[in-house]
Amino acid sequence: VGVTKMGRARGDASLVRDRARRRPSLLTRIKNDRMLLLLMLPGVVYFLVFFYLPLLGNVVAFEEYLPYLGFVDSPFVGLDNFANMLSNPDFYGALRNTLEISLLQLLLYFPAPIGLALVLNSLISIPLRRFVQSIVLLPHFISWVIIVALFQQVLGGDGALNSLLRGHDLATFNVMTNPGTFKFLVTSQVIWKDTGWGTIIFLAALANIDSSLYEAAAVDGASRWRRLWHVTLPGIIGVTILLLILRLGNILSVGFEQIVLQRDAVGAGAGEVLDTFVYWHGVLGGDWGLSAAVGLVKGVVGAVLVLSANRIAHLLGQEGIYR
Amino acid sequence: MIRMAQRGAARPVWMERPTGVGRGARAVVLTVVVLVVLFPFLTVLSTSLSSEQELTAHGGFVLFPIHPTLAAYQAIMAGGIVTRAVTVSFGITTVGTLLSLACTAAMAYALSRPVIGRRPVLLMVLFTFLFAPGIIPVYLVVRQLGMLNTYQSLIIPTLVNAFNLVVLRSFFMGVPRDLVDSATMDGASELSILTRIMLPLSKGVLAVIGLFYAVAYWNAFFNAILYLNDTAKWPLQLVLRLYVLQGQPMPGTADVVQGTEMPAPQAIEMAVVVIAVVPILLAYPFLQRYFTKGVLTGAIKG
Repeated sequence: VGVTKMGRARGDASLVRDRARRRPSLLTRIKNDRMLLLLMLPGVVYFLVFFYLPLLGNVVAFEEYLPYLGFVDSPFVGLDNFANMLSNPDFYGALRNTLEISLLQLLLYFPAPIGLALVLNSLISIPLRRFVQSIVLLPHFISWVIIVALFQQVLGGDGALNSLLRGHDLATFNVMTNPGTFKFLVTSQVIWKDTGWGTIIFLAALANIDSSLYEAAAVDGASRWRRLWHVTLPGIIGVTILLLILRLGNILSVGFEQIVLQRDAVGAGAGEVLDTFVYWHGVLGGDWGLSAAVGLVKGVVGAVLVLSANRIAHLLGQEGIYR
Repeated sequence: MIRMAQRGAARPVWMERPTGVGRGARAVVLTVVVLVVLFPFLTVLSTSLSSEQELTAHGGFVLFPIHPTLAAYQAIMAGGIVTRAVTVSFGITTVGTLLSLACTAAMAYALSRPVIGRRPVLLMVLFTFLFAPGIIPVYLVVRQLGMLNTYQSLIIPTLVNAFNLVVLRSFFMGVPRDLVDSATMDGASELSILTRIMLPLSKGVLAVIGLFYAVAYWNAFFNAILYLNDTAKWPLQLVLRLYVLQGQPMPGTADVVQGTEMPAPQAIEMAVVVIAVVPILLAYPFLQRYFTKGVLTGAIKG
């Protein structure tokens, strides 16, 4: 109380001075915050050099990039690289493979964590649930090189499956080198690696559902399936849509590491995707302009898809990823 | 019964008794899932422990070796390309994790305080979630910085992970303001608030983020395949690819184990896989605890 009285007694002139002191000049503020600014400096420099500089570096897509001339001095060629991209049959092959793998993942991988989360959530024994969860989460932390090696060990020419088939005098087939089944192979690898990881977010959403809703529904005579339909599914639809939006933004990225490791085993016809196309034509082939153009199109399409899917989610009354 | 209720494991009264079919179906699904995850690890381990005769006798595939041998491990750890790759990977993982953790924590702390320029920097970080600059421009930047074929190229281009940064910042924001304010009142500098108050309070989340970085560096393949031509600098993941996936014969292993019988090439390959997996398995219990208990899920949901 005393403080307020004193403040009132000081009069208008000192209030004005107070306000002036509250907004010090830019230079003073920088000086006052110098320790904090110093702390964030390495991180800021990192983002500028390895994110925003490359973002500008996308001008390569409009240049005939010559390494000894650099970003700035290489001759500008307008949309030539994009025209080359559109007249390159390999590009369409890579695009088709990418979209097919993405679609397969959407159909086969995307629902898998939801199903597993529902099964785990229905378990009454907490220790059992924890046990299964800790097993299925493990593959997420295993590198792609090892995952491909594991699959080779099970499904490859000398693997478990074929030695079983040989043991029973049946015809063998090497899944790892078969172009026809390649897309199912990479999808099944994604399912193996990330289904457990994907359940985390759904289990969190399921745990957030108010259990009194289930109780009320049960009292009203709803069967377990009706409760699943009317209580559980509305409880996870928001997070499902959020993940669908993110998935849509990545529709043109199907995992560079995973594909680059296996592309040679099945050949470029079945195994080339946009990211490996960029790698082969750019980093290995030196066709910087063309591959930067493909990369730029990929990035722009991804961002546009996320933004418009988010808008659609809002129109449908869902939260989306941001407001 | 009472004990079950205390552990929160009892069926609520309104829930029907599970049907036999439902229980059976769940048991089958979970058993299959667990086996599908574990089986590949088991076959790799068994193969790495098998001898040449045992492998040839069983057509190249052994599930439970009768006479397990460590010859394959002795062969690859006795110097030579795998030993060197393991050393490189350990070095990159250690240095990279420490650097990443330091930069991430420092930046996250600064962004959790009312520092000048906070909004634009935060926007700058969040924008990276929306748009990826592409492989080629990043490669050209790394090359123009003269980092091709250096160990730095395995660390610096992935130094700060925006997601980890955001998680750590929101954790710092959650620390009661009174703590920071009273320390400021006592004349503590921002640096000592970070090192004496914030970091000790966030040991748990720092450990998880550190493990995330460590796993990423240990598993890293993308940076190495893009930026390293010099095979002498290759980390373990690239060596794995060359000798295990592409089936090149491994040099420098034949003459190392003297007086014993040469281990089977397949056993050697699988031993390399095991060596690459073991550090992950050691870190895994710590990582997994945070997820099954739902510590980070709040942060993940945003």
